[in-house]
Amino acid sequence: MTSVLNQTQLTKEIDARGSFCPGPLMELIRNIKTANIGDTIGVLSSDKGSITDIPAWAAKARHELVGIQDVNGDIKRIVVRKTH
Amino acid sequence: MSEKFAIILESGTMDKLMAASILTAGAAAMGKDVTVFLTFGGLNAFKKGAAQQAPIMPNEFKGMEQMMGQIMQAKNVPHWLENFKSAQEVGSVKFLACSATMEMFDLKLSDLEPIVEEVVGVAHFIQESEGAQTLFI
Repeated sequence: MTSVLNQTQLTKEIDARGSFCPGPLMELIRNIKTANIGDTIGVLSSDKGSITDIPAWAAKARHELVGIQDVNGDIKRIVVRKTH
Repeated sequence: MSEKFAIILESGTMDKLMAASILTAGAAAMGKDVTVFLTFGGLNAFKKGAAQQAPIMPNEFKGMEQMMGQIMQAKNVPHWLENFKSAQEVGSVKFLACSATMEMFDLKLSDLEPIVEEVVGVAHFIQESEGAQTLFI
């Protein structure tokens, strides 16, 4: 997963560290709305719900979950590509 | 037709307003059409200026109002009203005010936060929430 992520050029990174559930997901949705198709957006989150919330949303909204990466301690980077 | 989610929000205490707002945001994010029916304490909480009001705490947290306020501020927890507003930004969320409560407390729609759309009777809500995953909070 990490090697795939390293090769993925992020179009944008959202720093949602310190934001509470469902804050990081809500930030991602706002950004996806204005992004272009094919854009890859990373979300930095310290909320433990994000690693289950964002994949569930991506599946439901039919966007591609590129991967989840450990950043530092409890901080994860969740990467989603806008597909439509 | 998209799936539906409905909440009857009866409580005006901060813990339940917070829970209802987070559930609403999550349901809106997941693409559900959300209807929130505000009644009694839940409706009173939506009076204009809600975000500036001192929170009402339930019995198990009585006397902890100030401490809760400090914790929320220190941890940057958004106000429940902000959660409801973000829910509306990302999805379809409708706030309906219970007509009986409006009369009981002499309220007009203009006395409420502008996100509240309409004053309706219970039968309207029942029709609106038909087939929805429904919670009473």
